[in-house]
Amino acid sequence: MNKIFEIPLYPYTRSPDQDAAAPVRRKVVVVGAGPVGLAAAIDLAQQGVEVVVLDDNDKVSFGSRAICFAKRPLEILDRLGCGEPMVQKGVQWNVGKVFFDDRQVYEFNLLPEDGHRRPAFINLQQYYFEEYLVNRVRELQAVGAPIELRGGNKVLSAEDKGDHVALSVDTPEGEYALEADWLIACDGAGSPIRQMMGLDFVGRVFEDNFLIADVIMEADFPTERWFWFDPPFNRGQSALLHKQPDGVWRIDLQLGWDIDKDEEKKPENVIPRLKAMLGDEVKFDLEWVSIYTFQCRRMEKFRHGRVIFAGDAAHQVSPFGARGANSGLQDTDNLCWKLKLVIEGQAPETLLDSYDAERIHGADENILNSSRSTDFITPKSEISRIFRDAVLDLSEQVAFARPLVNSGRLSVPCTYDGSPLNGPDCNAMPARTRPGSPAIDAPVQGGWLLSQLGGGFRLLTIDADAPEVLEEGGIAATRLALSAGDTPELADRYLGDALSAVYLIRPDQHVAARWERYDEAAVRAALNTATGRA
Amino acid sequence: MSTLNTAPNIARPDDFYAALLAAHEGLSKAESDALNARLVLILSNHVGDMEVLEEALALARPRG
Repeated sequence: MNKIFEIPLYPYTRSPDQDAAAPVRRKVVVVGAGPVGLAAAIDLAQQGVEVVVLDDNDKVSFGSRAICFAKRPLEILDRLGCGEPMVQKGVQWNVGKVFFDDRQVYEFNLLPEDGHRRPAFINLQQYYFEEYLVNRVRELQAVGAPIELRGGNKVLSAEDKGDHVALSVDTPEGEYALEADWLIACDGAGSPIRQMMGLDFVGRVFEDNFLIADVIMEADFPTERWFWFDPPFNRGQSALLHKQPDGVWRIDLQLGWDIDKDEEKKPENVIPRLKAMLGDEVKFDLEWVSIYTFQCRRMEKFRHGRVIFAGDAAHQVSPFGARGANSGLQDTDNLCWKLKLVIEGQAPETLLDSYDAERIHGADENILNSSRSTDFITPKSEISRIFRDAVLDLSEQVAFARPLVNSGRLSVPCTYDGSPLNGPDCNAMPARTRPGSPAIDAPVQGGWLLSQLGGGFRLLTIDADAPEVLEEGGIAATRLALSAGDTPELADRYLGDALSAVYLIRPDQHVAARWERYDEAAVRAALNTATGRA
Repeated sequence: MSTLNTAPNIARPDDFYAALLAAHEGLSKAESDALNARLVLILSNHVGDMEVLEEALALARPRG
């Protein structure tokens, strides 16, 4: 049987745009049908914004690639209508073990907080992730949503004309011209669009190579994350073992800098390494092998006129901490509602500059965290290695050293502190739900808070009065009325010392502003601030 | 707000100094380096206060 990543899911078909006398103008063109591009397209189409996705390929990701999806992206996927199949298929894990040299030094349990619909993480191969997104595109098409996915469409040139972007697209049947009011470039770390536009992408190169092997084995390793520092089977380097669905295991082996990549990728060289790690008696098949190097870098700005970059095209991090695809999904979550308001003339174009402000803040946080993990995992100097080994040694004996062990700080959502879109805060309420934060899930009567928030601007009231709908300049905030008596988690996460609360929540479920009581003028002002109209 | 204590604070300085050297006795350079690193980490955790630690780090840097 063919693997899902060997089947063309969106093969090239001829589009009427290719036969038009003059270039057809589309509202939004997304370049790249990876996790980020597909999420962007689904988000826009769900809101009724016309979108065309172009990709030179026609299949989902080859090999597992991104495998660890964090809670916030899963919540975003719920809003996009495809979180459930991901969580159903994904592997959940909480326990991690850390090994140093030939021994286990400690183990940890992530002990996720209760009262959330979604787990802290799931492991899922990127090809399944993309398959479920493509399925969601098909569902939306079936109900007439304005979304198209064009495989075998390679963008040859993109030029910002001021009021639109002119594209030249190559297909198996020749080139055609296409125009877009807005272009979202989700074309990966090597972004051809970025290169065509001659834009910068500077940062720090890490001189290291990692071998990734996906192996299929029937082994009784538990569903845990195992990380080795300097193990006997990979001296001086690191190793990671992580479980994926279908009995597929991700093995990551650090190889160092001076290696022959083509040689190292050959099965006759990979298999002995894996045998040394797993033991001679374990039977396994290789599904996919790849060697990667990485950089930590970002573009200086993500928005360039009518071209907006998202995901790896805009910023690249080391894989430690699962911050690549996870942060890309937060990019599109942040961007799409803003773009819709701008396209519909309800907000000024400058609202899009807040995408830069907020997501550059997010990218910098991710780059900082993943660079720190990398410096711990692969010490860059003698003294750095001495301290790293000292931390690992101590972690076996004493608890204090364990928080210093850094094998990847797993992705947590970014709070947009200081964002120009933030409105007033109320000090009596918990810091974790302050303006700029993603709304935190909680059980509520009849389900979950985040599912009830959905998209759109919401006025979340807890034991407070407010109108059912507040409209300001064509943008409506609709009320979700809850009571502190509903569940203890709701009161704990949203009230703190306050007796009542009114939260203005953005369409990406981030808190815009909050008060103890409803004040119409204040809420109107906050709604204007949150939409760049203040 | 705590600050780094730079006044003499060790009751029997000669005994402490001797204990510090004794802890390194018979160790190779690599083992001594590792001991020093563990010691720095242990003492840093005992201090805990980031402001004090930053003051200590600054004090320890070569003067130049």
